[in-house]
Amino acid sequence: MVEKLLLRLRVNGEPVEVAVPAHKTLLEVLREDLRLTGTKHGCELGECGTCTVLVDGEPVLSCLALPIELQESEILTVEGLTEGGRAHPLQVAFAEMGAAQCGYCTPGILLAAKALLDRNPLPEREEIQQALAGNLCRCTGYLQILQAIERAARGEVGSPISV
Amino acid sequence: MPTKIDVEPRERTTAREAEPLTIIGKPNMKVDAMAKVSGETLFADDLALPRMLFCKLLRSPHPHARIVNVDVRKAQAMAGVVATLVGSELPIPFGILPVSQDEHALCFDKVRFVGDPVAAVAALDEEIAERAIRLIDVEYEVLPPVMSIEDALAPDAPAIHEDERYQGNVQKAVSLQFGDVDEGFAEADHVREDTFFFQGNTHLPLEQHSALASYGADGKLTLWSSTQTPHYVHRAMAKVLEMPPSQIRVIACPNGGGFGGKSDPFNHEIVVAKLSMKTRRPVKVTLNREEVFYCHRGRHPVAMWVKTGVKKDGAITAMHFRSFLDGGAYGSYGVASLYYTGALQTVTYKVPRYKFEGLRVFSNKPPCGPKRGHGTVQPRYAIECHLDKVAEAIGKNPLDLRLERVVEPFSTTANHLELRTVGLKECLERVGERSKFRKKHGNLPRGRGIGLAASSYITGAGLPIYWNQLPHSGVQLKLDRGGGVTAFCGSTDIGQGSDSVLAYVVAEELGVEVGDVHVVTADTHLTPVDLGSYSSRVTLMTGNAAIQAARRLKPLLLDEAAQKLEVPVERLRMAHRRIFDREHPEVAMDFAEAVVLAEARYGTLGSTGSYTPPRSAAKYKGAGVGPSATYSYSACALELEVDEETGIVRVEKIWIAHDVGKPINPLLAIGQIEGSVYMGLGEVLYEEQVFRRGLHKIPSLLDYKSPTFLEMPPVESILVETLDPEGPYGAKECGQGPLLPVIPAVANAVYDALGVRIDETPVTPDKILLALEGRLAKPTVPAYEFPPPIEVPPL
Repeated sequence: MVEKLLLRLRVNGEPVEVAVPAHKTLLEVLREDLRLTGTKHGCELGECGTCTVLVDGEPVLSCLALPIELQESEILTVEGLTEGGRAHPLQVAFAEMGAAQCGYCTPGILLAAKALLDRNPLPEREEIQQALAGNLCRCTGYLQILQAIERAARGEVGSPISV
Repeated sequence: MPTKIDVEPRERTTAREAEPLTIIGKPNMKVDAMAKVSGETLFADDLALPRMLFCKLLRSPHPHARIVNVDVRKAQAMAGVVATLVGSELPIPFGILPVSQDEHALCFDKVRFVGDPVAAVAALDEEIAERAIRLIDVEYEVLPPVMSIEDALAPDAPAIHEDERYQGNVQKAVSLQFGDVDEGFAEADHVREDTFFFQGNTHLPLEQHSALASYGADGKLTLWSSTQTPHYVHRAMAKVLEMPPSQIRVIACPNGGGFGGKSDPFNHEIVVAKLSMKTRRPVKVTLNREEVFYCHRGRHPVAMWVKTGVKKDGAITAMHFRSFLDGGAYGSYGVASLYYTGALQTVTYKVPRYKFEGLRVFSNKPPCGPKRGHGTVQPRYAIECHLDKVAEAIGKNPLDLRLERVVEPFSTTANHLELRTVGLKECLERVGERSKFRKKHGNLPRGRGIGLAASSYITGAGLPIYWNQLPHSGVQLKLDRGGGVTAFCGSTDIGQGSDSVLAYVVAEELGVEVGDVHVVTADTHLTPVDLGSYSSRVTLMTGNAAIQAARRLKPLLLDEAAQKLEVPVERLRMAHRRIFDREHPEVAMDFAEAVVLAEARYGTLGSTGSYTPPRSAAKYKGAGVGPSATYSYSACALELEVDEETGIVRVEKIWIAHDVGKPINPLLAIGQIEGSVYMGLGEVLYEEQVFRRGLHKIPSLLDYKSPTFLEMPPVESILVETLDPEGPYGAKECGQGPLLPVIPAVANAVYDALGVRIDETPVTPDKILLALEGRLAKPTVPAYEFPPPIEVPPL
């Protein structure tokens, strides 16, 4: 058996303990050991942004991060976006705008967008594009994602959609 | 049972409904949207079962080699390895088309491309499996590889398949003539010939293919897979595993993007099934990104030659089109792809005489197959660039040339395709106006250009992949006493929203809310067959099947309501969970109450509906590809800037109009259009699946450049409604067609900007710079003597 380390992490506001080999990535620990499969993978080489999670509020590619280095940090995954049973406005806006087609890139993009809105609540479209330039989406052509983020930022979630 | 339940579905789905629509045509949320934004949706690789093993496939490092020996003893002996598998254990060939049963789950005689799998292991974890496959010894006798169409056709080329049908590596050569094209060229005032090359590219779904198999103690096998076509996977599994289909259950998980890349039955699906049978444990495999590039089945590289004759006014007298497809190592959908490169030239503009010659060769590269717009994207690029050149030669504006030649609605083409509604004129006019095409074309400053193109696509293949007379889509409904409705259908949601379309249609028909409809889809045990998410077929076919099923239940509910409310049944309407008198809406009962009354009278309430597309009039050999229930139409104009120093193209604005018949949900329709535009932009500007000595040059998401948030320009999408009589509520496809015009529109705009023609995709900076220096070589097509054409007489 490979030697395992006992890691103490904070994920989605809760303390967790998990025994894993030291080389396991954050992505693997989240998905395989903690069964938080909302975090997806597209390349496991840090190229697509699909596995983005937040570490202390900053977007991090979980496929390149080692959890052993993150024991003092707050890790947020898509499962933690819903607070007190209420979906985050970004989640609702994405659902309303059709911004999640296959939905596979969605968790990573939601978290990257949350990090942006937390530091810049009303970003210009170019700022959103810059902030999300590392997240690929193959379904939407990005435009409904941009609209959803703007809708969430402007507090328009729940208002009628004009097509 | 009442007798009035059976009405012809086509009559009942006519576009102009008497009732106002409450759900169809509105931007309703997708039924799976909240699950997807919360991370709840389980894709195939998110599944885990107790005692699950992990599988890895050992793949060939050689593009072409004979397998002398495979020795798995060292891997088998490794701690943590539970089972190994070699090709001789699965000797039965498979393939998506009945005519191309040329693949094996694991190769045992030859490997035909880098990535062809030869052995597999199942181990306690993925790392052990990964290390174990490196312990497998394979002895190869390396053969010379065939890496291009020219290589394949060379007189001394090695044979990739030892099958007497495939002389000279030609899998299929086609020659069809509809009317005398030579006569047409003789009548023409201007005849033009051009050559084009469309480089291959790949789907690049963000989800890597994954499959989980579990062989139960009851001897039944279940496969969960990221597949667009669970029904066809079911058939292939039964064949290769030599099991009755009744003992196999295939469940398509939500696909994390498909675009055609998950439409074939794949080696890894059969391998995990066999390993699960050997070990009596669940076995999962997930491909890594490099493997996804090598599995491919994407866009064929195609060399093309086209000759068109026109009168002075631009009327086409004849067209002759030749295509040469580099198919890669196996058949896949290739015979269909080949026919598609010749089928739809005739459905946009009037072409009275038409000749098509095409061939598909094998090469030692990953097999090509269907990618969004299957087989029609490459010829559409050629035709639309070619027509721009024709327009220039006869001094006509490219918009007018197209507008004046648009086919008539409800006409039949030279190659016997029957058209229904045609919104192409309106598409062209709308993008022409919005983009100010006439004003700008030829008049923008150097370095800026505007380009235009039009296209059409099928709304569902008219024929199934294997010959049968069965429905293409089936829907089963079950009513719950509490007012819920469950809709069962084999259709597969790959992100396009097919689960939602099913729910919208059922909710509309039965007058309930979308959230009252629960969909159970893509499960061969639970759901009636739907052929799969390919050929833009699902909205039309599943939609029509759902309408039929719902309209078979409706009379039962309405009769009960009519009796209880003492209102004539004709005056009743169902909407918003109520059944009410149109003239006195306060006279009403709840939907759920009507269900209870009807169940009390008739017993358990359920119904089925199914759909088969209209039979095509075309009967010639090859007429199986091209017919469709109806065709969508698109037109695209775009404006771009090219930097003359660097050759870098920046697309600034795109206008696209799409004849969608009637949008079932306009927001989702626009999402499909924008996604198609984006994918077309990637193909024309960046993406290419290219190989060096059998190896993919750029098998990574970083190097295989696709557009990011930064490259995507603003898009103005225009939905054109034609209310097609064959579509549910008038709907036609919108998931593939809008990709087609984007590619030639870019090439045409580059010409408008700089006066150079880039007749080879992708339109990259290096080609633009070479063209500006006059050093860009014209694409060539191989010299090949096609068989004499089948002369097809007019209908």
